[in-house]
Amino acid sequence: MLAFIGRRLLQSVLVMLTVALIAFAMFRYVGDPIVSMVGQDTTEAQRAELRESLGLNDPFVVQYARFVSNAAQGNFGISYRQRQPVSDLIEQRLPATLELSFVSALMALAFGIPMGIYTALRRHGVLSRAFMALSLAGISLPTFLIGILLILVFSVQLRWLPSFGRGEVIAIGGWTTGLLTPSGLAALILPAITLALFQMTLIMRLVRAEMLEILRADFIKFARARGLPQRLINFRHALKNTLVPVITITGLQLGSIIAFAIITETVFQWPGMGLLFIQAISTVDIPVMAAYLVLTAFFFVLINLIVDILYVVVDPRLRVQSK
Amino acid sequence: MIARLAPLFARAADSDLWYSFKRTPSAVISAVITLVIVVGALCAPFIAPHNPFDLASLNIMDANTPPAWNPEGTTDFLLGTDDQGRDILSAILYGSRVSLFVGFASVLFSMVLGVSLGLISGYVGGRVDSIIMRIADVQLSFPAILIALLIDGVARGLLPRDMHDQLALYVLIFAIGISGWVQYARTVRGSTMVERNKEYVQAAKLIGIGPLTILRRHILPNVMGPVLVIATIHLAIAIITEATLSFLGVGVPPTAPSLGTLIRIGNSYLFSGMWWISIFPGIALVALVLSVNLLGDWLRDALNPKLR
Repeated sequence: MLAFIGRRLLQSVLVMLTVALIAFAMFRYVGDPIVSMVGQDTTEAQRAELRESLGLNDPFVVQYARFVSNAAQGNFGISYRQRQPVSDLIEQRLPATLELSFVSALMALAFGIPMGIYTALRRHGVLSRAFMALSLAGISLPTFLIGILLILVFSVQLRWLPSFGRGEVIAIGGWTTGLLTPSGLAALILPAITLALFQMTLIMRLVRAEMLEILRADFIKFARARGLPQRLINFRHALKNTLVPVITITGLQLGSIIAFAIITETVFQWPGMGLLFIQAISTVDIPVMAAYLVLTAFFFVLINLIVDILYVVVDPRLRVQSK
Repeated sequence: MIARLAPLFARAADSDLWYSFKRTPSAVISAVITLVIVVGALCAPFIAPHNPFDLASLNIMDANTPPAWNPEGTTDFLLGTDDQGRDILSAILYGSRVSLFVGFASVLFSMVLGVSLGLISGYVGGRVDSIIMRIADVQLSFPAILIALLIDGVARGLLPRDMHDQLALYVLIFAIGISGWVQYARTVRGSTMVERNKEYVQAAKLIGIGPLTILRRHILPNVMGPVLVIATIHLAIAIITEATLSFLGVGVPPTAPSLGTLIRIGNSYLFSGMWWISIFPGIALVALVLSVNLLGDWLRDALNPKLR
């Protein structure tokens, strides 16, 4: 078990170093950092001096190592456009994105798993058909279109919910939260639904497919033959065995929620990291782009790692193999 | 010409695939919808009631006209006009042209790249294989949209501003294409490793045919089946990705709007009650993506020997 975690940890570090290399290459070779930093009236001599003092004349490996060690301490330099340390910008934006992603993930799981179980158990029911039709829409409708439709219905026509921003936020330490104010919660509803819908349909379809597969297995027939109550068979035997693949895919999907938040944040003008990233792309703000890349990769790798460890915890067969 | 094509049609009409196609209503309906949109896009200059890009023909007085069935609408603009007086129906026809072009081109790019790397990886094996597959693993753990966004951002930094606008379409195709090759490479690699050890490949080797020719003439035709299925589903994904990037404002330049750009333009008028600017291009996009997806589903089942 420990050896397994150690090996996975090493792999994760390698992936992070590769991503850092890409981020560093972007930072160093896309455009000239010096030109982006100084004004027009800086002389050639001053530029050379700045270049030397920033260590841009050092060998590649030395610069890369410095970049990695700075990044590990959360230092990504200064934004070209906003003239502020990138770490400050990210720190302001991070809570918004994490809150949105977390609430969406929770929604996707809380609705997706029961809907999947229901559609598998009552395959021909009216409600099941409705869920399946909904899931087809969820997969074919692009995220931004779902957002626009929700705004059109709930903000423009019904005027029930706000369509942009985060509402009032409360600062707790360095963290700003919108979860504790009524306006913050109201502002969260539409973006969270938009972000959750696609993941929810995916989880629902996955749970349904796995459940149908398991219900056909011999041990379920045997459990019926033993006369166990149907409830016990469905939830103790079948559901438990569907959870292993569900955990993997769900874990990967939760990672992509953070990436898809870019779209949702743009539609709803949600002041999170995704919006920051989109603005950075259109203004070619490389330090912000690099920092976003490294940070997202970090979340991805972390989630993957947790999923892999959970996998071993959930499935006893893997524990035997990994010894 | 017709005499030479006739047997080909006869063969196609006799095939299992055509039989299964006729028996699947959802496949027929979605094929018709796809065909209507593709033909509409191809013939846009001839059938569109207006030319939305001809600045001389635009009249600002026509701006924000609602659709024809609204009391304030006119039959001149069936689906209404946008803020600059452009006819929405014509804009959709021209916009699908851009969306379909980017979609097909990026799928083709992904396919060529992925199939080539998959063939090499599966046939050569060893270190080359593990390098290609490690890259694939790392790329697969990031969503395609994020990779496409990054490539677009880097391209913006590398190219001068005026050149970027000209090349935006190709940058977009490259970005979407490069973010999708992994699926092809993995599938092709798997089937190549199976085909590699079959007798016909051994025989070809024995009579002294070079590895490149073996890959192209002998292995490639035998691994293409699943590739077609992936390509169909990938087309839907590529069209959505293009629309998303254009919606985010980093896709095609506003001078040649795609469906995504049209939706973006309409988004800012949603609050003034002018829903038609966004919603009609949205419907066109969803109809296209949904029917391509359904076609892909049908093709996957029809080509799967296990389900016959």
